[in-house]
Amino acid sequence: MPTPIELAQKLRESFADVVGEPAEFRGEVTLVIADASRITDVCRHAKGQLGFDMLLDLCSVDNDGTDPRWTVVYELFGIGHGCHLRLKANVSEESSELPTVSDVWRTADWHEREAWDMMGIRFSGHPDLRRILMWDGYPYHPLRKDFPLAGKPTELPEVAFTRTAPLEGGPFVTVPSTADSTLREPRSRTPEA
Amino acid sequence: MATTQTIEFKDTAGRAGSGYVAFDTPAPDTEGQGELMALNMGPSHPSTHGVLRLLVEMDGETITRAIPDLGYLHRGDEKIAENMTYNQFVPYTDRLDYLAPLANNVAYALAVEKLLGIHDSLPARCQYIRVICCELARISAHLLGLGAFAMDVGAMTVFLHTFTEREKIYNFCEWLTGARFTTSYTRIGGVTRDLPAGWAAKVGKFCDEVLATLDDVERLLTRNRIFVDRTREVGVIPKAMAVDYGLTGPNLRGSGVDYDVRKASPYLCYKDLEFDVPVGHVGDCYDRYLVRMEEMRQSVRILRQALARIPGGPENPGHEPVQVADGKVFLPPKSKVMSSMEELIHQFMLVTQGINAPPGEVYFGAENPKGELGFYICSRGGGTPHRLKIRAPSFVNLGVLPAVLPGHLMSDVVSILGSIDFVMGEADR
Repeated sequence: MPTPIELAQKLRESFADVVGEPAEFRGEVTLVIADASRITDVCRHAKGQLGFDMLLDLCSVDNDGTDPRWTVVYELFGIGHGCHLRLKANVSEESSELPTVSDVWRTADWHEREAWDMMGIRFSGHPDLRRILMWDGYPYHPLRKDFPLAGKPTELPEVAFTRTAPLEGGPFVTVPSTADSTLREPRSRTPEA
Repeated sequence: MATTQTIEFKDTAGRAGSGYVAFDTPAPDTEGQGELMALNMGPSHPSTHGVLRLLVEMDGETITRAIPDLGYLHRGDEKIAENMTYNQFVPYTDRLDYLAPLANNVAYALAVEKLLGIHDSLPARCQYIRVICCELARISAHLLGLGAFAMDVGAMTVFLHTFTEREKIYNFCEWLTGARFTTSYTRIGGVTRDLPAGWAAKVGKFCDEVLATLDDVERLLTRNRIFVDRTREVGVIPKAMAVDYGLTGPNLRGSGVDYDVRKASPYLCYKDLEFDVPVGHVGDCYDRYLVRMEEMRQSVRILRQALARIPGGPENPGHEPVQVADGKVFLPPKSKVMSSMEELIHQFMLVTQGINAPPGEVYFGAENPKGELGFYICSRGGGTPHRLKIRAPSFVNLGVLPAVLPGHLMSDVVSILGSIDFVMGEADR
């Protein structure tokens, strides 16, 4: 059975120009991919040759105030060998874009949509990059560090509100007025009144 | 004067034509299809178990395309987590998979403990208590999932049986944690309190009772012609597809993949406990049902072992600790705070600053009832996480719907949703 560090070294041999030195923390191995535009190739190799058949998680980190601003984190797992491996790719704020891995693992589809929705990182080649948690047309990316915790006022789609049902004054409803309650009761009124 | 008012029934749930990609593009390969109809299901629909909305496109009664729409329960838990200390976030984890709050508490605490590097050195009694909590939560979640699933496909009685048992679990939660639903039982480095006197014995009794109920349910469902007809060969998720879509938990195992976090990378004291991992064969709704049934029995098996072996015994006369002794992680006892300077400082620092976590990043996944609940924590040091990502199993499991639903009948959607057993509180976070 290979260990995560061995697999990381193998991945590094194949992509010596972009994959950095493996770092270990709490028994987890992290590799930094220097060139984010190569992430799809690296992932495809990791899946096809190294047995990482499952993408457990894809997550974006906002390094607000430092450059590059975004880090996209891929949590790989292989059911066959039981090893975890973390890949990290840095993306600058100007480009805010890196290639999708949704054609490597289908599960990345929704994770990437979430990263776009929450942080505004685009994934080129994604089949359907729409918002997933916020509604369509929402103007902000709320998980960015510069987005306030209290939120920002936005126009909500009409569906979020329903006006009170226009029953007032109907034939079966008490009329609001200062009149005596017997006069306001539906029974006391004729349908025409 | 009578006035006439028009009551408009707006497209309240749907947003047909409001920029949603929905179905303005024709489905590929429409050859041989009749006129297609778009149907909106949810977000308030009894079989969507919460607020999942499904846009389905149908040819007659056969589904040609399905688009899940989620986010109706989005609360921004990850944003909230970045703005509070690690312990303050524990109550929020109750509200992820709200059918198994105890298991969420444990998974979150373990993730933070992994960041601190103390997850392997927790007191043995604490580990056993957490395992007992996890397995009780698993039984509770599966009982509800099973009851609701059966009711969706027309077997009302099962729900009544399973809820009788769930009620007992709620009583145990209340007895143990003080709350029936939102337990918030764990703290970083331990649990809030030890098992109450008499609790373990009652749980032992419950183990026998729930097995009897499971036998009843099994008699009601497993060979029930209607149930079998509605679940066999319905919603088949092949092995490769399940892995590709990142399914975990009973849904993955129902498809025949032998992967359980408790076995693959054991945490707590799971490696000392004996249990089997049930695996399906076909990957249809029926297999997922069978897997869940067997998982509950295995949970009972784990519970019995854990109750028998718990260090210190059920009543803990020797006062085995249930939390780490490190004053920089776990709040000291109040009596010491009032009498000792060091403990007072610890209490002050923990409450005002939180636990001082080292910089680094960890991912910890735990086998929760719905699948692998993972927490990715990116720490820059200090008392709050820089980024906390929740890998919600329900979110990932729902991703498979667009691939599974096409080709099925509308009535099968209900079976498939029931068998996938998701919780929107977790999917939307």
